[in-house]
Amino acid sequence: MAKLILSMDGLVLKEIPLTKERTTIGRKPHNDIQIDNLAVSGEHAVIVTILNDSFLDDLGRTNGTVVNGNPVKKHFLQNNDVVELGKYKLKFVGEAAPAASGEKADFEKTMVLRPSAMKAAAAAAAGGGAQAAVAQRQAAVQAAAASASATGIADKDAGPKATPAPAAAPAAAPAPVAAPKPAGQPLGAIQLLSGGNAGKELELTKPLTTLGKPGVQVAVLTRRPQGYFITHVEGAKRPAVNGQEIGAAPHSLKDHDVIELAGIKMEFFLKA
Amino acid sequence: MDLTQTLEIATCTDPGMVRSHNEDSIAADPANGLVVLADGMGGYNAGEVASGMATTVIVTEMRQILSNAKPYEVDQKNKEEIAARMVREQVLKANSSIYQAAQSQPQYAGMGTTLVVCLFYDNRLLVAHLGDSRLYMSREGKFKQVTRDHSLLQEQIDSGIITPEQAKKAAHKNLVTKALGIDPTVEPEIHEYPTKPGDIYLLCSDGLCDMVDDEDIGMTLSALGGNLKLAAQQLVQMANDNGGRDNVSVILVRVLREYPGAKGVMAKVFAWLK
Repeated sequence: MAKLILSMDGLVLKEIPLTKERTTIGRKPHNDIQIDNLAVSGEHAVIVTILNDSFLDDLGRTNGTVVNGNPVKKHFLQNNDVVELGKYKLKFVGEAAPAASGEKADFEKTMVLRPSAMKAAAAAAAGGGAQAAVAQRQAAVQAAAASASATGIADKDAGPKATPAPAAAPAAAPAPVAAPKPAGQPLGAIQLLSGGNAGKELELTKPLTTLGKPGVQVAVLTRRPQGYFITHVEGAKRPAVNGQEIGAAPHSLKDHDVIELAGIKMEFFLKA
Repeated sequence: MDLTQTLEIATCTDPGMVRSHNEDSIAADPANGLVVLADGMGGYNAGEVASGMATTVIVTEMRQILSNAKPYEVDQKNKEEIAARMVREQVLKANSSIYQAAQSQPQYAGMGTTLVVCLFYDNRLLVAHLGDSRLYMSREGKFKQVTRDHSLLQEQIDSGIITPEQAKKAAHKNLVTKALGIDPTVEPEIHEYPTKPGDIYLLCSDGLCDMVDDEDIGMTLSALGGNLKLAAQQLVQMANDNGGRDNVSVILVRVLREYPGAKGVMAKVFAWLK
């Protein structure tokens, strides 16, 4: 579960787990996180936790909120973000691993939100037990996570629109973020050897670069984790690498290969 | 009307780099201008069963109906176009088939699937969708998303809780709010758009759009649009190169020429001359 670590002058004062849908921060005693300091407003900010995402909302009082050195109004909290309130610092620690709820949840599998559970949650909320509702929703999300066969359709009227089905789901894997672009591999480039632009160099930074004349002969150079490849796209004649015409499949390029395409020769090379 | 010469279609589907089996299912009927993509969910092999049922039911039923009905005609009784009605009816039929199978056989309990169906007719495109599988369009170098996901994340974006940038990092990408086969009945979202010769349409499962930026997808289509088969393979390869965490499926459809719904003899001759 995500938590906040309250510290002042590098001294850790408290760890606060984000169990509630809304965690309020302020100077007055009714706040979930009370910071008794004049630089902190009575009701200063609120952290809204939805599933395992947390958002910081500055309540627009006298004293602003600063995250990682930048003043913010609304902020999507990332692991290790530091919220500054006067002399106090709140470090946000996202959850690293699924909580001990028995089965490991596969949060990348597509699944549907259960309507029955959502309705029960709404009913409980109507009954005044907001906390119970959160717990029930948690249970619903956990149930959905535990069995990939969880089914049902989220009833659109089940919860208030402004905060759709918020729940601090303890059983959750870290966010599936698209892998970064192939990094660390040497950058490739081509240098034209013949034609009007002979000598000109082109760096191959994009995942794919097309070469040639549309309608005559076109090839594409793709940048992949394994290296660079050349593939024939269109035209009766296929491009040649080191004098050999390539096949229909992508052809792997090596340092100093000479490509011939639409009557132009060019050299492929890797930059250090 | 046979659209085989009007639409160029390329498909590619792959289990990805992590999953052991492919729960996506794709189907294309070029003659009738119909393409269907489904991303199944459910334990063991139930996801495959659900997505397979969706594509099979919709393609076979639509083929049957299109053999003696004209999609551009308007039903005089309720002023509704036949196309929209028949797509909705077949989606509902697929829904009840999956729902019943899930109810009657314990190993299929709770299975379901997302869905995107595109029907091309009369210089138009009708799209019906459920869940987070998408339709994109590339026209004159501009690439944009056509469908809007039925997902918790999309609802949060719509209500302003998070920005699309933040959504890319969110953990609950996988929660869909609508799907086929989960409830006894379902209301697919249906829209109609005019098409132009040269347009390229991309249907894909979330395995592509979660792994590859829209910008890179658009670039691939504009660079490799000349070779649709290669473009489809390239998109799947890019998803796999970026990690391939989910099954990846793509269907590419290029509109080669106009295809007006012939309304009279002259129109027919005119369409044929084109």
